[in-house]
Amino acid sequence: MRLIAFLLLIAVPILGVYTFMTAAEHNWWFPPAYSTFAPDIDWLFNFIMYMVAFTFIVTEVALAWFVFKYSAKRHDKGVFTHGSHKLEMIWTAIPAVALLVIAFTQMETFANIKFASGFPTQGRFTREKPIAQVWASQFDWRVRYPGDDGVLGTVDDLEAAYEFVVPVNEDVVFELRSRDVIHSWFVPEFRLKQDALPGHTIPVWFNATKEGSYDLVCAELCGWGHYKMSGRVRVVSAQEFEAYQADLKAKWFSNGKE
Amino acid sequence: MNPVSTPAAPVVTHHSTGLQPGEGAPGTMREHHDHHELGFLRKYVFSVDHKIIGLQFLFSGLVFLVLGGLMAMAIRYQLAWPWKPMPGLSWMFPATGGAITPEFYTMLFTMHGTIMIFFVIIPLLTGAFGNFLIPLMIGAPDMAFPKLNMFGYWAMWPAFVLILMGFFVEGGHAAGGWTSYPPLSTIESAAPGSLSGQTYWLMSLTWVGVSSMMGAVNYVTTIVKMRAPGMTMMRMPLSVWGLMIAAFLQLFALPVLTAASIMQLLDRVIDTGFFTPTNLIVNNLTPDSFAHGMPAAAAGGQPLLWQHLFWFYSHPAVYILVVPAMGFTSDILAVHARKPIFGYKPMVYSMAAIAGLGFIVWGHHMFTSGMNPALGMSFMVATIMIALPSAIKVFNWLGTLWGGRIRLNSPMLFAIGFVSMFIIGGLSGIWMAATPVDIYIHDTYIVVAHFHYVVFAGSMFAIFSAIYHWYPKMFGRVMNETLGKIHFVGTFIFTNCTFYMMHQLGVAGLMRRTADPYAYDVYAHLQPLNEFITLSAFCMFAWQIFFVVNFFHSLFWGARVGRNPWEANSLEWDAPSPPGHGNFDSPLLVHRGPYEYSTPEVAEDYLPQTRAV
Repeated sequence: MRLIAFLLLIAVPILGVYTFMTAAEHNWWFPPAYSTFAPDIDWLFNFIMYMVAFTFIVTEVALAWFVFKYSAKRHDKGVFTHGSHKLEMIWTAIPAVALLVIAFTQMETFANIKFASGFPTQGRFTREKPIAQVWASQFDWRVRYPGDDGVLGTVDDLEAAYEFVVPVNEDVVFELRSRDVIHSWFVPEFRLKQDALPGHTIPVWFNATKEGSYDLVCAELCGWGHYKMSGRVRVVSAQEFEAYQADLKAKWFSNGKE
Repeated sequence: MNPVSTPAAPVVTHHSTGLQPGEGAPGTMREHHDHHELGFLRKYVFSVDHKIIGLQFLFSGLVFLVLGGLMAMAIRYQLAWPWKPMPGLSWMFPATGGAITPEFYTMLFTMHGTIMIFFVIIPLLTGAFGNFLIPLMIGAPDMAFPKLNMFGYWAMWPAFVLILMGFFVEGGHAAGGWTSYPPLSTIESAAPGSLSGQTYWLMSLTWVGVSSMMGAVNYVTTIVKMRAPGMTMMRMPLSVWGLMIAAFLQLFALPVLTAASIMQLLDRVIDTGFFTPTNLIVNNLTPDSFAHGMPAAAAGGQPLLWQHLFWFYSHPAVYILVVPAMGFTSDILAVHARKPIFGYKPMVYSMAAIAGLGFIVWGHHMFTSGMNPALGMSFMVATIMIALPSAIKVFNWLGTLWGGRIRLNSPMLFAIGFVSMFIIGGLSGIWMAATPVDIYIHDTYIVVAHFHYVVFAGSMFAIFSAIYHWYPKMFGRVMNETLGKIHFVGTFIFTNCTFYMMHQLGVAGLMRRTADPYAYDVYAHLQPLNEFITLSAFCMFAWQIFFVVNFFHSLFWGARVGRNPWEANSLEWDAPSPPGHGNFDSPLLVHRGPYEYSTPEVAEDYLPQTRAV
């Protein structure tokens, strides 16, 4: 049993680290990072991962080794000690500093993404002039663009379902709303998640760095159809964005809706 | 150690026996006072004996564990092979050819979480072991309020009945997640489970709360007032500390959950609108056509209010799920490593610190909820700092093993397994605490991995360990060692295969609570990994047969043992196995702390708390 216990316990750090090291090869890792702050989040994740991995390896190996070494058949007594004040001080102070370092490293990125002060003030889209209002409801996504006048809630607003089209390499601010229950707007490639809260209008910003079409996932349980509440975010060039708006306008007003 | 300390000799009137102050300190009891035989009903059903009540909690907890486990298997089946006819359940779904429906899936994970937390782990840790161990470990004849204790268990029965009835109502059971976020949970047209299943869920949980509250009052009073002479607070085993700290968490946090549940109940039944905002259109119904859940007039409620109230309880609750487990592990490691616990006082203070910090971290469940992001910063710092007392505990457990004479028996293996797994669960928590990282990993499988490492691989391993360890005291027989070891090896391997790989799913961004994630391009490649996890989970579930067989076989045919089969120090091993009514048959005087293993004072490698040297 002694050897089995040792092998089981030592397998935890070995296979644990191996799994993380080879995860990217199996595609069990981050999807590509396609927003300006996505690399920051990945960096912070990895930063914590390395600090954690160090502690993980040291403690798990020590555990396996102690169990192996001190479970040998012996007839003398164990070491009689009630602890060590010095060791307690060391292993309180060092992790405390490390944890505070981790905590303070996180703050800038979070403030940049979620704080009002982090929102873009230059450029076409700001909190006052959002690119669109995104509405979540059971179980679909709808987008309302402000149209020619740039003001939401006027007669020239344009609506689209399922797909949210944004220009590439440009700060984009949108308003997130929900019509019924709580949903969450999540695009894995952008590393961005924000709950849509009924009764609230929540501003969200990002800057997509690569053209393409990405899954928009609902990340908060919203009912039986939660699993299929999908949408797309399509990132296009500035010209294509203008063309899309014009196209949408033509479709919207030719449907006899106005 | 003072050989004779000045005991704060607790003098209380014992209700069930009418023992008057001065007639003898509790713990010096009293077999001869109870000559009358109790009938079966009084002895085993409506018992006021803390040991029987503990066993009642143990058995009902284990029954619900099977139910919650079966639900987990159904969830895993769907995630590996979505919409394939489900073995055993396909007869319920003729319309889909045997595949479960999405609303059934949402109900499954809702009830899996609810049952495992409120009907398995909390009742097993605090109900079963809290009841069984506290009086025995502090040298008391029973709980301070035996009748309240009995009522505490019987208050669970309305909860059992209501939670099981909920499965048979129209629309099925609650399906809003175990977190029950409104408006999904309050508005009837939002989900089938919100028709009336949610009402049963809320009423059931309120009863669980009543039961926990009565238990917590009892535990704290008993520990404060009924310790045997010489048993100072700092001579108590860490299990008792863990249980007392958990009881304090219950006392301070539970009223908030109870209030919140009643508010949600009122929202649902008489349309008060605490949590329902104005102008919702649910399921293409406008407010005045909702049957229930929202008043026709403007509601003006706030969904975030529920999240704050709910997590104000439920975050401390996750420490209720783990702090007693830490206590058990500390005791079991010391006994079977034949070593004093390393750093007793830091262990006590770190448990208290975890509990204290536990009250100011609830907002870390809400970093992406729309709560003021500035609040996120302070919640993040508090949350990350919880890793500090947790780390101190891990280092002290390692210090306890260092230089020991470890006996690798079943309870010890599970306790070591707890330490190994708790390291993983504790460390992965730092990712979730970090606000920017949490923007990405919130509600992904990395969260699922994290809390299963803490609650299953952590607390459940500690419960297994505690069952193996205290089984001789409960039943006077010892469980089979070979079966216990087989049980450990398989459970350890399959637990890791199941939950470790969920970290990878989480990093890949896979959302929890999705019935069929492969509909998304970004998740389609994760199906084989989920299949592996499911097969591991099935093996883990099946492997528990070794435990079930061992448990029931040993009940009747296990080897009989004496009072102290593990050569342990704490007071419960002074009582007969199993202890009679009143627990101890000789007067107790506590001379020292419970961890004097391998002491040079005596020839043996243990020195019971009661032995005078």
